[in-house]
Amino acid sequence: MRSSRQIHAWLLLLPALCLLVAFTHYPVIKTIARSFFGFGTRWEGKASLDNYRFLLEDDVLMQVLFNSFLYAAITVPVSIILAIAMALWVNSKMVGRGILRTAYFTPTVLPMISVANIWLFFYSPEIGLLNKLLGLVGHGGINWLGDPSVALYSLMAMTIWKEAGFFMIFYLAALQTIDSNLYHAAAIENASKWTVFKRITFPLLMPTTLFVLVNALLNAFKLVDHLFILTKGGPNNASNLLLYYIFENAFSFFDTAYAAALTVLLLSILVVLALVQFGVIEKRVHYR
Amino acid sequence: MSRLTHFVSVAMAWILGVIWFFPLIYAIWAAIHPPEFATKFSLFAPLTMQNFIEAWDQAPFLRYMINTIAITMLILAGQLVLCTLAAYALARMEFFGRGVIFALVLMQLMVVPEILIVENYQTLAGLNLIDTYWGVALPYFASAFGIFLLRQTFKTVPEDLENAAKIEGCSLLAIIWKVYVPLAKPTYLAFSLVSISYHWNNFLWPLVVTNTEKSRPLTVGMSIFGAPESGVDWSIISAGTLISVGPLLILFILFQRQFVQSFMQAGIK
Repeated sequence: MRSSRQIHAWLLLLPALCLLVAFTHYPVIKTIARSFFGFGTRWEGKASLDNYRFLLEDDVLMQVLFNSFLYAAITVPVSIILAIAMALWVNSKMVGRGILRTAYFTPTVLPMISVANIWLFFYSPEIGLLNKLLGLVGHGGINWLGDPSVALYSLMAMTIWKEAGFFMIFYLAALQTIDSNLYHAAAIENASKWTVFKRITFPLLMPTTLFVLVNALLNAFKLVDHLFILTKGGPNNASNLLLYYIFENAFSFFDTAYAAALTVLLLSILVVLALVQFGVIEKRVHYR
Repeated sequence: MSRLTHFVSVAMAWILGVIWFFPLIYAIWAAIHPPEFATKFSLFAPLTMQNFIEAWDQAPFLRYMINTIAITMLILAGQLVLCTLAAYALARMEFFGRGVIFALVLMQLMVVPEILIVENYQTLAGLNLIDTYWGVALPYFASAFGIFLLRQTFKTVPEDLENAAKIEGCSLLAIIWKVYVPLAKPTYLAFSLVSISYHWNNFLWPLVVTNTEKSRPLTVGMSIFGAPESGVDWSIISAGTLISVGPLLILFILFQRQFVQSFMQAGIK
């Protein structure tokens, strides 16, 4: 009886497990192997560190990593601050908060690729909407996507627009679990709105913030769809990000082995973030 | 003072709301007016359906849409079946190595298939599944997120119900189907909405694995359609964009409450 239950358990798991191994664990191992044994699209007989040596010497990669970290360092905090503000507004007794909630959340359900086409129009140099607006105040216009010092920030703006409403949802959920007696007590003490936020709301949102933070960081390394429409990583890699660079190496330059070494780098970054997350979840449990 | 800060706060909320809505509103504006009004805003601009007609003629939208729907549904169906079975085993069965298996499942929460595009492409090429629905769908069937979500829900089902079903002589699969699945309906709805919106919008993997309009979903189609070198004007791109997001947007507006709650539930776990 016991052993038949064991067999049943494995039978139930088998289909999911096979696919999980085939498309997650096996490719991870093969990526690592290829980063040592691969050369171009071929496999070599013996292991070498050539792909990793190239990694260290690759100036474009340095640029790409710098971009990726800057991209994360700006989009994540800005999205989170906006998300908290949005959640507070939508959760307040403000007139029309239902409309606001829809407005904030809508970008989340729209495909990045489709809306990037609309943003492309806002950013385009001659007829673009943003430059027309600048023209109204007598400014000559900015090359939003063509200027190397601006392109990455233009991408960030769109990312923040896309992500903030998504994170708002988590804060909204957290706000609804805060005991309203705390606010009544604060009202009796005549505490200012800012004090209430600083002393009650924000500390109680801390577990959510940590959760959102790690997910936002993971997303910042995974979300590259808009690059395909807006800049293709250009000009001159000024807006290139790690996952897009991997795609380029694998499918445009056909250097599968180097793409594998880059993937190992990306996986290492994600593993570090995940370890932080496990630490965070641990803390979250203690917190409650 | 307090009234002033309140006013500023409300004003900022609405400014942000307008900015967040603006791209969609603008796309609607450009799509329903002639091209010369793409950057000229006038109340008296004539309305037209011409942009939609031209967009529809210039790209096989119907085909893309059928592909997207087929892929999204295939993935959802696969996920629901596989994740249910695995989640039950992990939630309610004692077996050797359960902890290790669960850890292996959770790994996928972090290492999503998109990151492994290079090797997964090779695997699917080996299986001869490039440029097919199955090629796009297969890597997503075993969703760690789905397994995790359902396992958490199944754990809250009272074991007495399962025992009662056993006494009635139900088989293992019948117990899952008749006891656990009905009780987890809200979780299934939440997971389905999240999964549909994720895969409707997914781009990188379908881009890699599809080559022709035979299997290309809307997102990949839009990336070709919207490319500046294709020489299509903005009004038509806007119309195409609206066509591509239309079904999902209508679904979202109809089920807004469920959508928001599903994302919340899925996020909190």
